[in-house]
Amino acid sequence: MFVGISILLACQATGELLARFAHVPLPGPVLGMALLAVLLAAIKRIPEGLATTSDALLKAMPLFFIPAGVGILTLSETFRSAWLPIGVALVGSTAIAMTVTALVMKAVLKWRRTK
Amino acid sequence: MEENEVTTLWTTPLPGLLITVLAYVVILRVQAACKGHPLANPVALSIVALALFVGITGVPYPTYFESARFLHFLLGPATVALAIPLARELPRLRALFLPILAGLLCGNLSAILSALWLGRIFGANQQVALSLAPKSVTTPIAMAIADKIGGLPSLTAVLVITTGVIGAVMGPWLLTKLRITDAATRGIAMGVSSHGLGTARVYQEFSEASAYSGLAMGLSGLPTAIFLLVLLTALGLLANGPSPLGTPYTPGLYFPSRQAAAIATSGKDFAKTGAKAPH
Repeated sequence: MFVGISILLACQATGELLARFAHVPLPGPVLGMALLAVLLAAIKRIPEGLATTSDALLKAMPLFFIPAGVGILTLSETFRSAWLPIGVALVGSTAIAMTVTALVMKAVLKWRRTK
Repeated sequence: MEENEVTTLWTTPLPGLLITVLAYVVILRVQAACKGHPLANPVALSIVALALFVGITGVPYPTYFESARFLHFLLGPATVALAIPLARELPRLRALFLPILAGLLCGNLSAILSALWLGRIFGANQQVALSLAPKSVTTPIAMAIADKIGGLPSLTAVLVITTGVIGAVMGPWLLTKLRITDAATRGIAMGVSSHGLGTARVYQEFSEASAYSGLAMGLSGLPTAIFLLVLLTALGLLANGPSPLGTPYTPGLYFPSRQAAAIATSGKDFAKTGAKAPH
């Protein structure tokens, strides 16, 4: 477990350093994810401690979004004046993006199979 | 006196961690009792419950956030941990390179255009519309983009999380309606439209698919930023009209800690006024 946490934090820290000093325009944790995926692909196995820690963290991941989400409190003014466009755009656009992604990917998969 | 002691307790992580985890655990139980009804989304319900609690007890939001910050921090290592499902699925991912790329780019573009378009026709002002535009990508990237294009980063942060909740609630149902059964397609669609929260939902449903979802989340940031800058420059909506690919890097713009830093600064202000209040 401690090995797993150390590996995750080390990758995150490297990602943060890359974002800052190599000016890679992506967030540190996303770079850390890419880095760790490349490392794991190179060694062709997943250390057991890392796998158990990661599974535990990923299971709890929804919880980690809650503190930032409660920030909705600070924006009651904006929501009162613009609840309709915000609501329609969030629901509509999320559905549209999901549908377009899924259908395009499905179509390309199908096209490749028939080729 | 007693009020002061409660105030000092709020400067520690204890109350923030306790009420957040407690709300989540109680709501997970409720959800299990509702037989996992899709509308009983634990994140959405926890946010509502905590917003009510924090609002009623009069704790300023930045004080709560500071106290619960450790949970927020864990988003970082959890995002890195998405590399594990990614590594497990790597051979299959390679074979799907082209379909994934096509779905991802079309999905990013449609997310931006539909958010701007729907926002505008239903009467959002330009700032709100621009804050809506990057709502489907992960919070730190979305905030950086909003900042760059003239939206409100703090509004974007909340819109991004709300989008994630909507995607997590609606996604599995919508994808089943569309007869998408393939794990890879479901994962990519969830990751493109509802970033980390969608990915967390996918992980709960089917852990292999979260590899695709996490990948889509990680890859969506850059095309979204580029599409938006090109689009807004073409429409003449960017004030100083920076060239989309040659914009100079602004230090600090892309750091996930930016939101936290902004909240922390305002938190200190709140703490100051909060400390004055009892006297």
